[in-house]
Amino acid sequence: MIEWIISILLLLGGCFILVGSIGLVKMPDFFMRLHGPTKATTLGMALLLTAAMIYFSTTEVGLSVKEILISLFLILTAPISGYMMIKTAIHHKLDSIERTKGKDNIEDDV
Amino acid sequence: MLETVILIVFSMIGVSLLLNLWRLLMGPSIPDRILALDTMYINTIALIILYGMTMGTSLYFEAALLIAMLGFVSTVAVCKYLLRGDIIE
Repeated sequence: MIEWIISILLLLGGCFILVGSIGLVKMPDFFMRLHGPTKATTLGMALLLTAAMIYFSTTEVGLSVKEILISLFLILTAPISGYMMIKTAIHHKLDSIERTKGKDNIEDDV
Repeated sequence: MLETVILIVFSMIGVSLLLNLWRLLMGPSIPDRILALDTMYINTIALIILYGMTMGTSLYFEAALLIAMLGFVSTVAVCKYLLRGDIIE
C-alpha cells in the first residue's frame, strides 16, 4: 500500500518536472517561459521530496523530516529567483510577442 | 515495483535535463540562460534524491540541500550583476 503511494507521488513529481522543462523549451518568449520552471518544477520537487520522506520514514528507524527542509527552501526561494529574473528581463528590454499580457504595467525605469 | 518506477522517473528527469541544456545553448538572451541553469540545478537535486532512494541511504540529502542553497545564491548574484553592474554595492 505504502509502495503504491510512493510510486504515484514519484510519477506525479517526474511528470511535473518534465512539463516544466517542456514549457521552458516550447514557449515563445521569455515572459511565458518563466512560468514553467518557477511553478511546475517547484511543485514536482515538492511531490518528489514528499515521496522520499515517506520512503525513508518506512525504511529507516524513526520519522524522517529532513526532506521538508529542502522542499520548504525551494518553495520559499523559487518566487524570489523568479522575481529577480523578470526584473533582469525588464531591465534588458527583452522582446515579447503580441499575445503577452500585462506589458502596459511595466514601468519604464526599473 | 518501486525500482521500475524510480528508473522511469530517472529517465523523465534526464529528458528534462536535456531540454534545459537545449535552452541553455540556444537561449536567445542572457535571462533565458539564467533560467535554464536555475531549472538545471533544481533537476539535479531531484536526481540526487532519486539516487539516494536507489542506494537506500539518506546521506545524500546534505548534498541536495547544499546544491539548493548555492544555486539560489548564484542565480540571485548573476541577476543582481546584470541589473546593477555590481553584486554588493
